Amino acid sequence: MRFWLPQATTSAAEVDYLILALLLTSCAILALVFGLILLYMIKYRAGSGIDRGVPGEKTWRMEAAWTVGTLLIFFGLFVWGADLYVRLFQPPSNALKIYVIGKQWMWKIEHQGGQREINALHLPVGRPIQLVMTSEDVIHDFAIPAFRIKHDVLPGRYETLWFEVNEPGIYRLFCTQLCGTGHAEMFGEIVAMSAPGYQNWLDQNGAEETLAKAGETLFMRYGCSGCHGGNGAGGSQSESTVPAPSLTGLYGSPVTLIDGSIITADDLYIRDCIVLPDTRRVAGYPPLMPSFAGQISAEDLLKIIAYIKSLTPEKQL
Amino acid sequence: MPEASLTHEFQYSSARHQAETAISGMWLFLATEVLFFGALFLTWIYSRHWNQAGFDAGARRTDLAIGTINTVILLASSFIFSAGLAFIEAGNTRRLIQCCAIAWLLGIGFLILKFGIEWREDFSKHLFPGPDFAINGPLGGGARIFFVFYFLGTAVHGLHMIGGLVLVGWIILRARRDEFSFRYYTPVCVVGLYWSFVDMVWIVLYPLIYLVGRGP
Amino acid sequence: MSEVVIETPGAAASYLANGVTLRSWLLTTDHKRIAVLYFGTITFFFFIGGGAAALLRYNLILPQGMIGSAETYNRLFTLHGVVMVWFFLVPAVPVTLGNFLVPLMLGARDLAFPKLNLLSWYLFVAAGFVVLYALFAGGVDTGWTFYTPLTSAYTNGHVVATAVAIIVAGFSSIATGLNFIVTIHRLRAPGMTWYRMPVFLWSLYATSVILVLATPVLAMTLLLLAFERIFHIGVFDPSLGGDPLLFQHLFWFYSHPAVYIMILPGFGVISEIVPAFSSKRLFGYKFVVWASMAIAVISFLVWGHHMFVAGTSLYSALVFSILSFMVAVPSAIKVFNWIGTMHKGFIRFDAPMLYAIGFIGLFTTGGLTGLFVAALAADVHLTQTYFVVAHFHYVMVGGMVSAYFAGLHFWWPKITGRMYPEMWGRAGAVIIFIGFNLTFFPQFILGYLGMPRRYHSYPPEFEVLNVLSSAGATILAMGYLLPLGYLTWSLFYGERASANPWNATGLEWQTASPPLTDNFVSTPTVTEPPYNYPPPEVVHRHA
Repeated sequence: MRFWLPQATTSAAEVDYLILALLLTSCAILALVFGLILLYMIKYRAGSGIDRGVPGEKTWRMEAAWTVGTLLIFFGLFVWGADLYVRLFQPPSNALKIYVIGKQWMWKIEHQGGQREINALHLPVGRPIQLVMTSEDVIHDFAIPAFRIKHDVLPGRYETLWFEVNEPGIYRLFCTQLCGTGHAEMFGEIVAMSAPGYQNWLDQNGAEETLAKAGETLFMRYGCSGCHGGNGAGGSQSESTVPAPSLTGLYGSPVTLIDGSIITADDLYIRDCIVLPDTRRVAGYPPLMPSFAGQISAEDLLKIIAYIKSLTPEKQL
Repeated sequence: MPEASLTHEFQYSSARHQAETAISGMWLFLATEVLFFGALFLTWIYSRHWNQAGFDAGARRTDLAIGTINTVILLASSFIFSAGLAFIEAGNTRRLIQCCAIAWLLGIGFLILKFGIEWREDFSKHLFPGPDFAINGPLGGGARIFFVFYFLGTAVHGLHMIGGLVLVGWIILRARRDEFSFRYYTPVCVVGLYWSFVDMVWIVLYPLIYLVGRGP
Repeated sequence: MSEVVIETPGAAASYLANGVTLRSWLLTTDHKRIAVLYFGTITFFFFIGGGAAALLRYNLILPQGMIGSAETYNRLFTLHGVVMVWFFLVPAVPVTLGNFLVPLMLGARDLAFPKLNLLSWYLFVAAGFVVLYALFAGGVDTGWTFYTPLTSAYTNGHVVATAVAIIVAGFSSIATGLNFIVTIHRLRAPGMTWYRMPVFLWSLYATSVILVLATPVLAMTLLLLAFERIFHIGVFDPSLGGDPLLFQHLFWFYSHPAVYIMILPGFGVISEIVPAFSSKRLFGYKFVVWASMAIAVISFLVWGHHMFVAGTSLYSALVFSILSFMVAVPSAIKVFNWIGTMHKGFIRFDAPMLYAIGFIGLFTTGGLTGLFVAALAADVHLTQTYFVVAHFHYVMVGGMVSAYFAGLHFWWPKITGRMYPEMWGRAGAVIIFIGFNLTFFPQFILGYLGMPRRYHSYPPEFEVLNVLSSAGATILAMGYLLPLGYLTWSLFYGERASANPWNATGLEWQTASPPLTDNFVSTPTVTEPPYNYPPPEVVHRHA
């Protein structure tokens, strides 16, 4: 039996303070409401004989007072919650990215070095971790109560959350969006370790190749190099006669679409180009890119994206 | 019902009270219909935003000729029904019946063109978003969604048209039984409002289906 | 002191006695009889939904789940949600108390469209048959929220049938709402200005506005979902170019205002009962009235607070959060006004008042916990856990169901012509209050500790709180079964009621108990403000 929840991250305590403030405000208001009701139930019961005097006519002063009062308190709570929320979902740029794929009914975790886990996530304490998450089928939700953080995990989109663990330990991971029969079975463990412990774990569970290297193999196997050329140089400079945009330096740079809008090429953009090319048509190129929807698994997509990202020099990112 | 006695239901204070209430009721009902179709149109426009090329590819396969003729038919039908209303306001039951009959026939014409001819043509061209959908390739996904909205929108509109035709038919029957006069024609007003509304829904459907995205 | 004369031509002419055949009931257009027909129907659904709830709490006694099958559990909570939302809470007060009282309170003889009223009952019954078929022929396991793509492509349940049932039930409620709005605008008795209407009518007016504007959006959303499921196309399915978040926006655009459809009539009931049992004018009448209208408007602007971790933008989250805090303010205003009404009143503690006081306490608790989930960063931790489950049960069950029972007891003499046994009534109110808190308060703690909702089994550290909650549920169940017993008993053996047993104001208390079919022998004229305590003396004249 447990009545407390560990505060395992730098922001967990902040969330708890906000919840505590909400609790105290609620208790104060409830005390007022219950207190007055009980008082009136006794003092003004029908047979009590107390002189009620004449009921007051001017009610608007009281109305204005408690309306303004509640508005001010609520506004204060809003600002507090909003500020913390924005910080909870804006990861620092130096965060260590780890990839999460939810599917019925398990969590698949991929570290950048190619290490893979199921229903477990090993990570180092003391540095910001950013999870990039997607689903293979329905909407799930990746929730770690001890970190006071969760976010839905959607098919066809990449969602992100971040945290910095400051207390090594093992913490519960739950799926918190109804996803079918195995919803309650989709739990796991977050294993937070010291930095050397984490490095050890990475080495012991080392994969043969990094995500980017695996992605390069897939890039050729799926025929991407046929139009985008070896090294993703783009059709115009390769042997292919098909006009295809160059992928070198693409990740992180702005792209102009046919409707004139300019967006930054991030993980989701590249994914959409592969799976839903019709929705991401680049200005100046005919609609020749075939859709790979249903042909490339979510994990392979992550690897290909990791490869394409590696085509952008570090300093440009 | 003879003209002399204008009775009203027991909860109303006068015939006029009842008439005005019936008309307000129909306006309120039409407001709910605006939200019903509005949700569809909003979803349509939102989906088009993310699938523009596919939607346009689908739109180009629609039959502009039939669509335009149908629009003219519905506008005429609505206008003629309103003419019928003007006639009964002046006490002319015969003209009311004639106008309603023409409006009714025009409505039937719309249904025949839309479902008997156009839909049949669409199915034979494999435009129904089922397993043998005609448009493939990168634009196929968006085109499919376009045709989802096309079939759903025209089906729901068609159901409303059938309801409207039943109502117009009911007006014709009552008029033939001499139930309307220059003093009492509330049902004609109420049905006229509904019939015009069904027309207005089509006026939004027409550009969404046939015009948007058809350009060069 | 003025007096009012009530014609009571003997019990033979009351609306209950006016025709005893089944046909006279099934083809009635009398709003009072339709209210009674509805009452039977929603009571039936209340116990179906309640039975499902009992099984859910039974299952959660053990961490591994007593029932053992996740599939069954998922179907049970979906049944519970669908039935309780659309077949109990949304209709409850409007179709029973509303149908019965709206014309009476207005001084009218019936609603504006009596035949439409009967049609709405038949639509509701038809919807009921379809939903019973769907839910018992295998059921649905997606939750009452039907999120895609789970619902459109990944479940085997009877989704389309359930969607059709809800759409038809929606048409029924649109018809009721339309009827109320037109009636309130057009059939008020002479002298009954808007500001002389009891708050119950204003609340039903606000409810009806939401009903007619929000429900059609739900109908179209479910239609699109059904289409997607049948034809495997992708409006909401990302693998086919669709957007699962679009479904959530459309669904919650209806479902958030829907919760105000559920609670606003309850506010109206409490606003009638507290003045009656304090023998005092409602404090701040105009503020209470405009707070109801404000809730109706703002309720359409907060749906995004169900999606703070769903993948919407930070910007939209900020907007929805501030608006969600705003929508709490009018409710707070009402609570303070009810308490202000009790101040310097002459308070009696009959069952309706006990339920009403319970409502104020439980609703305020639930409403305050709404602030927790409106606060963005707190919501991230608390959403999708038992905290939210506790929050909405406090407002919906602790609040709305208590208000429904309060109204039922208050107007029981008027509707049936009989008094219920008062001691049993008070006992029921107390048992429900205690059982409710024992059931749902532990769930706030469970939620904070991280127990997710919609789980058929759970980690062992949550066991004690779950057992407590299930034990409380047993008491709550007894509390709900008690009125079923003594109210039925009172129909046959209860003391016959006078026209105004509570000495309350309002035109409905100036008719016989039960009223004549035509409500008033002659149309009343209103010259007094509402809640003009003490009410005029009643003189009975036998024709």
